[in-house]
Amino acid sequence: MDTILTIKGLSHYFEGLRAISDFNLDLKEGELLGIIGPNGSGKTTFFNILTGIYRPTQGSIIFRNKEISGSEPHEITSMGIGRTFQNIRLFNRLSVIDNVRTAFNANTGYSLIEALFHIGRYRKEEKRITERSIELLKKFDIAQYAMTSANNLSYGIQRRLEIVRALATNPVLLLLDEPACGMNQGEIKELLDLILWIKKEFSLTIILIEHQMSLVMGLCERLTVLDFGVTIAEGLPYEVRNNPKVLAAYLGDDINQ
Amino acid sequence: MSELFNNFDKIIKKRLIISIIIFAAGMTLSLCIHQYNILDQYIQLVMMYVGINIILTLSLNLINGYMGEFSVGHAGFMAVGAYVSSMLSVRFFNNDIGQIVFPIVVLIGGICAGFVGLIVAVPSFRIRGDYLAIVTLSFNMIVKSGLENVDSVGGARGFLGMSRLTTLPWVMLWTFIAVWIIRNFVNSSYGRGVLSIREDETASSLMTVNTQKIKVRAFMLSSFFAGIAGALYAHLIQFISPRSFDLIKSTEMLIMVYLGGIGSIGGSILGASVYTILLELLRPLGIWRMVLMPLLLVILMIYRPNGIMGLREFSFFKPAIDRFLRNK
Repeated sequence: MDTILTIKGLSHYFEGLRAISDFNLDLKEGELLGIIGPNGSGKTTFFNILTGIYRPTQGSIIFRNKEISGSEPHEITSMGIGRTFQNIRLFNRLSVIDNVRTAFNANTGYSLIEALFHIGRYRKEEKRITERSIELLKKFDIAQYAMTSANNLSYGIQRRLEIVRALATNPVLLLLDEPACGMNQGEIKELLDLILWIKKEFSLTIILIEHQMSLVMGLCERLTVLDFGVTIAEGLPYEVRNNPKVLAAYLGDDINQ
Repeated sequence: MSELFNNFDKIIKKRLIISIIIFAAGMTLSLCIHQYNILDQYIQLVMMYVGINIILTLSLNLINGYMGEFSVGHAGFMAVGAYVSSMLSVRFFNNDIGQIVFPIVVLIGGICAGFVGLIVAVPSFRIRGDYLAIVTLSFNMIVKSGLENVDSVGGARGFLGMSRLTTLPWVMLWTFIAVWIIRNFVNSSYGRGVLSIREDETASSLMTVNTQKIKVRAFMLSSFFAGIAGALYAHLIQFISPRSFDLIKSTEMLIMVYLGGIGSIGGSILGASVYTILLELLRPLGIWRMVLMPLLLVILMIYRPNGIMGLREFSFFKPAIDRFLRNK
């Protein structure tokens, strides 16, 4: 398996506050990596750096043999990194289909002039994008909501739509930011199957952020544990679970005494 | 998958025919009115105001309604279009040719306003919200006081000498063009980019939208049409002064946008028409109409905070493809 993502010595500071410190990672194609850690340990900051929302203070990120730190978010997404958000961030007042079609923005094969006059490739491209979007929505059983505005959907369907929208950017690497947030045990189990299914169906490499151990233990092949921006453990799920440092971070130091 | 769009081409064709009929009817009607003076000059004048205001409202709605930014200085772009086209008309085409090159003169006015839009947009879109409002506000003031101090364009006394080249058919044609182009823009990937920026800019950039580029392009398009409206206005009134393009003018545009409804082409047309016609109907009230109009606006904001059409749209202005999906 080829290495898809290499991160070396990544650090990020918010005016003196250390959010991520000396983070290293080697991700192979087709892997499903979990990043866990208590609230505020820098997990989402890591995603924000990876997708170009923040510029890292130090370090290098090499994605498919290209240095991407310092690139704009839309460039990074076009290169093949898709993501979802911890607190759902859909385009609320747009229809479901428009949410998905927006993700094809960089992939639209017509120019501004063709768009202004609806000539040339415009009609063919719009048809293609719409067809692709409907196809994706159908795969996730939400095509019947295509014309509904996103804020009228139920929570579970909004989560699903976020995944569809991320997949529409045609990613190689998918970043899922706490997808189980606000879900009960039954829904988590469904989500587990869904993640395994999309990984296979779209041949993806996935990084999953979660602080619920139950989901990551059943899903991830490898775990990285962050605490205050520092990697405190790495390895197979069962190894990590029994690591005293991890227990300390999650439950407090007293456990050792 | 393709069976989804089985009758699609038929619908497209039907819409095209309807559009052509509306366009042809509008143009014929306006030409007849103009040629045979069917309607009173005053009513024709009001109709032309309505057309110019529709163009202005559409132009501002693209920024304030669709993109969710807040520009308050659009009269500045109008001024650029008005002054550039008037200068051209008076200095270079002050003869019979003027009539022939009038559309080109208007177009040049619009293009110049578009470029000024580019100059304003590039630095100011690094900031958002209230700050953009302040930048556009200052831009409006700079344009006004700038023009007041340039003697070659008449300074504070204003500028005159243009012939009355703006006629009802011309206004009608430019209004059709503005509606058509803005509708096309909004219903393309650029338009979806603009809308997604309004909803969530960060999420938008993570959906491959080049937010900076799209914002600048939308702003250029918007200022282009503001310039076109300015050029038409200048050749209708035959007199422009920096005072015609002050903050009151910008505020008037804002009122029309929020009256008609943000993010809606139908709303822009309604808002501009209702405002302009109401203002004329209330003329007998004299100064009191300036009390009544804002009062109406307050009442509207209480009962319909999104304006007449807020965020909704006549299905005719929506992409044919979407209407097809809804029927499914």
